[in-house]
Amino acid sequence: MISVCIYFQVHQPMRLDQGYSFFDMGRRHHYRDEQANADILRKVAHKCYLPANRLMLDLIREFQGDFRISYSITGVALEQFQEFCPEVLETFRELADTGCVEFIAETYYHSLSFLFSKEEFRRQVNKHHRVMTEFFGREPTAFRNTELIYNNELAQEVERMGYKVILAEGADQVLGWRTPNFVYQPAGCEKLKALLKNYRLSDDVAFRFSDRNWDEWPLSVEKYARWVHDVAGNGEVINLFMDYETIGEHQWEDTGIFNFFRAMPRAVLAHRDFGFRTPSEAAADLDPIAQLDVPHFTSWADLERDVTAWLGNPMQDQAAELAYNLEKAVMASGDDDLEATWREMLTSDHFYYMCTKWFSDGDVHKYFNPFETPYQAFISYMNALNDFALVLDQRQKSK
Amino acid sequence: MRILMFGWEFPPFISGGLGTACLGLTKGLAQHGVDITFVLPKLDSDEEGRHLTLLGANRVHATVGAKDINELRERIKMLEVISPLRPYITDTEYQSILDQKELLSSEAILRMKGYEFAGGYGANLMAEIVRYSLICAHMAHQEEFDVIHAHDWMTVPAGMEAKRVSGKPLVVHAHALEFDRSGEHVNQQIYDIERAGFETADRIIAVSHFTKDTIVNRYSIDPAKITVVHNAVSRERRLGQMRLEKPYKEKLVLFLGRITFQKGPDYFVEAAAKVLQKNPDVRFAMAGSGDMFNRMVERMAELRIADKFHFLGFVRGTDVERIYAMSDLYVMPSVSEPFGITPLEAMVYNVPAIVSKQSGVAEILDGAVKIDFWDVDRLAEEILDILDNPKRAEKIVQQGLETLKRTKWEIAAEHVLNVYRDLSGGR
Repeated sequence: MISVCIYFQVHQPMRLDQGYSFFDMGRRHHYRDEQANADILRKVAHKCYLPANRLMLDLIREFQGDFRISYSITGVALEQFQEFCPEVLETFRELADTGCVEFIAETYYHSLSFLFSKEEFRRQVNKHHRVMTEFFGREPTAFRNTELIYNNELAQEVERMGYKVILAEGADQVLGWRTPNFVYQPAGCEKLKALLKNYRLSDDVAFRFSDRNWDEWPLSVEKYARWVHDVAGNGEVINLFMDYETIGEHQWEDTGIFNFFRAMPRAVLAHRDFGFRTPSEAAADLDPIAQLDVPHFTSWADLERDVTAWLGNPMQDQAAELAYNLEKAVMASGDDDLEATWREMLTSDHFYYMCTKWFSDGDVHKYFNPFETPYQAFISYMNALNDFALVLDQRQKSK
Repeated sequence: MRILMFGWEFPPFISGGLGTACLGLTKGLAQHGVDITFVLPKLDSDEEGRHLTLLGANRVHATVGAKDINELRERIKMLEVISPLRPYITDTEYQSILDQKELLSSEAILRMKGYEFAGGYGANLMAEIVRYSLICAHMAHQEEFDVIHAHDWMTVPAGMEAKRVSGKPLVVHAHALEFDRSGEHVNQQIYDIERAGFETADRIIAVSHFTKDTIVNRYSIDPAKITVVHNAVSRERRLGQMRLEKPYKEKLVLFLGRITFQKGPDYFVEAAAKVLQKNPDVRFAMAGSGDMFNRMVERMAELRIADKFHFLGFVRGTDVERIYAMSDLYVMPSVSEPFGITPLEAMVYNVPAIVSKQSGVAEILDGAVKIDFWDVDRLAEEILDILDNPKRAEKIVQQGLETLKRTKWEIAAEHVLNVYRDLSGGR
């Protein structure tokens, strides 16, 4: 039996108010753009989350246990569902109730905390773990870090925290000639198993599905199933990891993406050696084929598949350093609101907006960037963060 | 005395100090009873112009008939030479314009008659300058006046055409030169326009001795033809005399201006880092936009001072007053500044100033601290010392207020009026 593991990432950042200016510093302490957050969330809910959840529910019921999927939903997305579109949350609960859906743990704030503070990392993971358990009735056993950022040290930390499975990118710089289609054992771990994203098959759907310049366009379900089936004899698990927003938001409905997913389970299951599993199920069934040694960080972003989408230029590094430098003062404040505000500012998206890698020719970064330029993103972020530091400072003094 | 005046910008639609200076000067002239017709490329409804007659070339345009154009046609040879370009242009932008080989023919200029003027410094600036010049020549033909007065190179072709059509004397007012904007990498065509203007002019008004020297040395113009008239500053304050309370304890050091080579923003950023190494209780604000903006933001981050250095972008209206009123020290590190009104504006808000020696305003500011723009160490030391030393700051402010008393537009206008009188035979 070859397992097909589907995992969808669900995330929406808390967007910052682009109009927060130097003159607001010290005077106004609200940084969220509530209108944009509400508008975008409702828009994506209607284009993606609601119809996609409905589709997945239908498929799970139709295949009576043979179609199984997994999600990771960030805490910041969850909070916004509660606030702006509770219906999304209800349908995720329905999905949980089918017993065919696994929910994966991650950092609650979709942050880069592991790179800056192990303690903060553990706090955010624990918070997410609690909330997942509370909402969906089962304790997560699988873990994925923000944007699949991964290395040996992270795997070891995650094993110590009690997780059984970790998800990572099947990056070329790690795998070399090896295939992602087996379970691996992270270096320095004894129990934890790693599932690696098959980025070709995943990105065929997530990125290339509607690309008319792609020589495989249009992608039929039959063709895709054939590619999946080609793994037979050279793999035990095929990990299809992608943003949930692929369905209906990145790939619009008129590209045929809903129909593709509607027909995909049947086409894959047509080959009797293939079956759908959630990450924890697949990992439980399979033994690691080899050790996976990843000393340097990898991720699922950009061609580089490293952390340079969020860190590396002076603005990103400076902003992240200053944000994480506030950790002590925030924790000392003992104020839940201050903690939450600070953590919202740790969300990786803010640093992604400051990326200059493709600034000159515009690219996928631009598509996902609400700011006109990375420089504006940095300036807005710093105005808010500098005000937040002032608030903390005053709080400390008044104590 | 009737003056036909050509200017490219006028408040509130300004991108720098030029429009503000035009407003101040015309107000001063009006106080002396001078009758001014001021022609802008484009007139909107909000310009502050009760003291003069403001005309928009965009409106005059529509009334120009085919016969007028044919008459002017003989005279526009010079304009055809001018290819599309812009002030405040960067090397790369200029190259890309050249690559388009967009030279204008007189036919093309005339065909554009139906188009609206955009005003400002848009992509079609040079074409607009040419059309503007045509219309100004037409007006010079129609209007009654004694002297033509053209501000900066954008209106130099208009001034020259008007002089040719009317035979009236031409004053070219130099607020900024191509050498100020571009250092040694001058745009040859702008330089040529400036030089032609200076040669044709009956008299040149320079905003400083600094600018006069440049005109003499770089454009080979007879110094006897050049009169220096320093700019003044309007002392109207909408926020009253109160200083604005800051919501933080640190003192604030301000840079306000276009973030371009000419203004030396990089020296400000480097000095800020040096100051913060010795005294972390200082904040810096950089207000303005320009082609060096992104580089300055990145450099500031690289210096790791983003918790103390803030970018405001382009500030306008009352925000300009707010930032002055919040500041404890103003710095103008310009590489080459023909005049530089901002230190005077800062003094209106009782803010002491440090200015570069390479500026015209340094000639009239006895009190301000003067440094070489490149001397970042000295700049940092002076910033630290003035912030640490309230008595010294107060002294600089007091001397600045004395300077302000002497620099009124009314007085500047008197000097300009004398130039007019000389040229028009004392009328």
